[in-house]
Order: sequence, then structure tokens, then C-alpha cells
Amino acid sequence: MTDYAKAIEALRPQLLKYARLQLRNAAWAEDAVSETILAALEKPQAFRGQSQLKTWLVGILKHKLIDQIRRNCREMSSTVEDGVDLDDELFHKDGHWREAPQDWGDPEQALRQLEFMKVLEACVELLPGQQGRLFMMREWLELDSDEICKALAITPTNLWVMLHRARLRLRDCLQLNWFAGPSAPAR
Amino acid sequence: MIMLLRRSCQQVTHLVLQAEDRALPLRDRLAVRLHMLMCKACPRFADQVALMRRASKRWREYSESE
Repeated sequence: MTDYAKAIEALRPQLLKYARLQLRNAAWAEDAVSETILAALEKPQAFRGQSQLKTWLVGILKHKLIDQIRRNCREMSSTVEDGVDLDDELFHKDGHWREAPQDWGDPEQALRQLEFMKVLEACVELLPGQQGRLFMMREWLELDSDEICKALAITPTNLWVMLHRARLRLRDCLQLNWFAGPSAPAR
Repeated sequence: MIMLLRRSCQQVTHLVLQAEDRALPLRDRLAVRLHMLMCKACPRFADQVALMRRASKRWREYSESE
């Protein structure tokens, strides 16, 4: 195996992690990553070393993930868990907060820390399947609402409802595991 | 006018989150603004959402760099 092939193979676990987060299906994720690695091995001349290898591979992976989404869109649907709304837990019937949101403090302090990225990643992983997929499509693949709706044949309203739920869950998870947890910055 | 623009905290959180994915109509933007002036809790929620937006961006960059 050449050094080039070795370097690519070494990045497989990381590519697989993002593929799984996006597709929420182990087999599709394997396929997307294998296609990515194959494409990279077949066209070594396309990688001219002007960017980092990982940056280049993640770029290819994103295209392969969109292909997988198109291919498997019929099987990407909501589960019961996707339907759960945190709204009732957060608000009284009259629309007032049950418990006011906490001050998360200086964002830079959190964002600088690698540990925070790990917690965020874990929280995204904990999202229910369809919420996770849609959140990743929006925030990681950076697709706009129209593209997402078209790819998964859902209505804009449905997309907003799901993203709304995903973001409330993510907020809850970050609150619990970072801002109120043992690694919370002292203030 | 003010009465017409009155929103509950729950409604405001919906609008704040929706603004992440689409431009809100002027009326909604105005209602959110007004609510934020009178509420202590919702501005914090909006700050949290802003932090999450920046965190997602940072995470995306982190996922692409060595």
C-alpha cells in the first residue's frame, strides 16, 4: 500500500463517524465511505496537496452522502420518537416558561474547547433518526430548506417542525451535559 | 398595535428557531423584538440559539480539518 493509500485508510474511522451521523444507517454509511475512498484512490491526481487530505476527503464524502440520501430517501422516514415535542416540558399551558433558560455565558469560552465539540457531537448522535438526518443536512451538509424538502419529499412545514424539535433537544442535551455538568466552566 | 403583536414565550421560541431556517415576515420580527424588551427569559433562549449556531459552524470546520 502506498503512503497515499495508507493516509486515506487512516481517515476511514473519522469519515465513517460523520457518515453515520448523517445517514443513521450503518450499511449506507459504509457504502458512502467506501465510495469516497474508492474515488480518492482512483483519482490521486485530483488531490494536489493544496488542501489537507481530510478536508478534501470530507468534501468528496459530502457528495457521496447526498447520493445516498437520494438513493434511500424512501426509507428515511420519521419514527415515533421523532414525533415527541419538548414543548410541553418547557412551557406551561399559558405559554410561559416552566423554568427560565440559563445564561450560557461567554460562547467563545465553550467554543474554544475540544471537549465541547465532543459533547455537541454526542448530542447530535442522540437525536432521533429523522431529526438527526435533517439537522445534519441543514447544519453539516449546509443544504437549504428547498433542497432538503426536495430530497426527502417533505413539506417545508414538516421540515421546520422537525428542525424545531431537533434544536430544542440539542439545547436540552447541551444544558444537561455541558452547561450544568461537571465540565461546566466555573462562574 | 402592541396588543396585536403580543406573543407568549412559547410562541417567541418558535419564531426564534424558525428564524434559523427562513426569513421571518416583518410582523413576526417586530413581535419578537417587542417581546424581548419585556421578557428576561427569552433573550437568554435567543443567546443559546445563537451559541448553538456558532457551535455548529465551528463543529463543521473542525470535522474538515486535521
